[in-house]
Amino acid sequence: MAEISTENNNGIHFITVNGEIDAGSSIYLDNALKEAMDNGEKKIVADLSGLDYISSAGLGVFISHLDEFKLQNIELALFGINDTVKQVFDILGLEKLLTIENTKEEAIKSLDE
Amino acid sequence: MSDKVKIRLSFLGAIICWLLFTGASIYLLLVQSYDMKVDFSNFFPQLCFTGFVLSTFAYYRYIITKADSLNFTDLLWKVFITGLITTLISLAIQLFFSIFARTTLVESPLTINFFYNILVGLVVIFMVSTLVVWKRLILYQKSKNLLKLWSFFEIALVASLLFDFWGIQFGEPYFQLALVVLGLFSIILVFNLKWVAYLNFKQKWKGILFILLSGIYLYHFLLKLSWFVATDMVIMNLLDRVFILGLFAFLFLYAVISILVTLFNLPTSSVFEQKLKEALDFQKLSQSIPRGETKDQTYEILLESSMSAVFADAAWLEVQEDGGITQIIRNLKDEDVDEIKASIKGETIKAILRLALKNEVNPGKLTDDIKHSKFKSIIALPIMVQNNQIGFIVLLNEVSEAFNREMVNIITTFVNQASVSLENLSLIQESIENERYKEQLKIAKNVQKSLLPKELVNNDHLTVSAFSMAADEVGGDYYDILEYRENRFGLIIGDVSGKGTSAAFQMAQMKGIFHSLANQGISPSDFNKKANIALSHCLERSSFITSTYFDINTEENILTFSRAGHCPSLFYCKNKDEVNYLKCDGMGLGMVRNSSYDDYVHSNTVSYHAGDTLLLYTDGITEAKNSDGEQFGDNRLKESFTAHASKAPDQVKEGIKNDLSQFIGGMMIDDDYTLVVVQFKDKKNG
Repeated sequence: MAEISTENNNGIHFITVNGEIDAGSSIYLDNALKEAMDNGEKKIVADLSGLDYISSAGLGVFISHLDEFKLQNIELALFGINDTVKQVFDILGLEKLLTIENTKEEAIKSLDE
Repeated sequence: MSDKVKIRLSFLGAIICWLLFTGASIYLLLVQSYDMKVDFSNFFPQLCFTGFVLSTFAYYRYIITKADSLNFTDLLWKVFITGLITTLISLAIQLFFSIFARTTLVESPLTINFFYNILVGLVVIFMVSTLVVWKRLILYQKSKNLLKLWSFFEIALVASLLFDFWGIQFGEPYFQLALVVLGLFSIILVFNLKWVAYLNFKQKWKGILFILLSGIYLYHFLLKLSWFVATDMVIMNLLDRVFILGLFAFLFLYAVISILVTLFNLPTSSVFEQKLKEALDFQKLSQSIPRGETKDQTYEILLESSMSAVFADAAWLEVQEDGGITQIIRNLKDEDVDEIKASIKGETIKAILRLALKNEVNPGKLTDDIKHSKFKSIIALPIMVQNNQIGFIVLLNEVSEAFNREMVNIITTFVNQASVSLENLSLIQESIENERYKEQLKIAKNVQKSLLPKELVNNDHLTVSAFSMAADEVGGDYYDILEYRENRFGLIIGDVSGKGTSAAFQMAQMKGIFHSLANQGISPSDFNKKANIALSHCLERSSFITSTYFDINTEENILTFSRAGHCPSLFYCKNKDEVNYLKCDGMGLGMVRNSSYDDYVHSNTVSYHAGDTLLLYTDGITEAKNSDGEQFGDNRLKESFTAHASKAPDQVKEGIKNDLSQFIGGMMIDDDYTLVVVQFKDKKNG
């Protein structure tokens, strides 16, 4: 089960993910990212501090949008990822493709650079 | 004794008794006329008469079978025929008397008594056979009490036969009393007329006719007997017998009441027939599917039954299914349908006709009057299957306000029954389909099994043991090994993101890629680079594959590998007796679909010694959870491997599997999971 909420603040689109992202709930994450894209958001910050587990289907959601984000100049930064989830990102090599920061401030700052 | 023997015996008994009865009467006549004082009273003829009555009763009891709803008129027909024959014979006797009127022949007591006795025989036959038929009719749908009452009545009749031995004559108080007792029984019994309800209109008329004629026969016999008695020459006056008079009264009473009740039931018989037809239609509907009839046939039956139940002049039925619309029309033209649709005022009916019914409807709103040149009343009912409206039935009448609530209820039960039948049909079809899918998945499972290597390498350099299990019928885990050159092996473990059928297809692609690339003796880095290109063309954008490719050189005892996002393999070094991860940077296949992927590909080389063991696995192992939601995890796997690594590969595999299943307890692993154990031997050093 996952809970996903979104919020707009100072031109930055925040997506907060809580719970577990598996094959079933990955659709909600996908929808949240698509919505942001459709709304023309250029700066997206995802708060994953409440994310306990992410399955390969959930990782696939991030991967599937990478090209499109690059094409549309959309910047995405993640923060607050716990160690277990971070390890999954690392093993897969996904940490090299995404901007992953420790704190919200760092994540916002990374977008400005 | 079989029934046949009983019938014959009773028949024979009746004839003998009648002959004796006649003989005794004539004997008594002789005694009387010659004044011979050898009087043995009326006892003997009465005895013969009683025997005759009882034998006849026994005979008819056996040959007139029990009444069921089909043969009421047959029973009455029997009464009618018996009456006709006996009456004709009695008329022949009358003819004889009128031909020889005023001759000594017909005035002789002997002749009169002889013919009188024949008449007595005919009367008894007719009355007793009629009694048996009345009995069958009265006891149709009998209750315990009714059965008891009838038994008492029969006993009373036998008692009256015995009573007649005393020779008490009509008019005496005891005679009157006995007659009243029989009369009371008759009055109670004659109102058991349940069978009348089961006659249809035509049968009722027939019944009235037959019973009326039977009554006339009875009256005719009464007249005949009186005529003979009036000659004052008969030895045994039958009209002085309580039995005969009581029976007359009973038979006559039942005939009269039957005629009256049947007559009064005539106007309602069509209603009863209608109800019976509804019940039969209902049965037809409920049985239509088990009988293997199609949906269309069920619709036809529904339409026909509904029309006849509410006397509709026209009707149509529409069902939307499988993309198409089935429409069945009765007594209507296509243009009528559109006209009628346009002339409907009620919102509920409009919704029904649009197939847009959402919730329960008020049955009162299903009927309405319409403004149409021909049809004035309408009933519309939705056909629901699994809470979805799939269609409707419309019934029309040329008279306004022709439909009432009762009719709506009947049609509703019809439609409901049809819906149940249709639902059953779709369930049957669904289960057949499911069965087929299961069969297909079974095939897929077997095909996929054949994609994994059947025999693993087991030679002087290497022993391999592996295990793989899919969460669903098919899965996305893959492992394989091949010797592309002497002493050179390509080894792979792979895990397609997701699970199930789509993962299984991609796993098959991975096998193709492995076999074409590994056979070329490609380096692990190049393998991942080329595999990424190949998969970029065929993987969905959200799918990726993690894998690790190994190149094993058993001549040099070295191991080169490149990790493409897969969980790092564990390596047991026997000399140090410790387990370490084989580390190497890398990225999953299909995550970056251009040449920049190559920048993320790395490889590493390690050398091994005899007894060293390599463990490959997929994340289904480390992510397996126990009932507390805790994962098996990297550390437990590492510990488990450390504990078993020095054993033979098969035992290493079994040991880890045991530890895993002990950890998860009874929980299911919700992912594909795979273990591959490779143990090295040192050929050079033995």
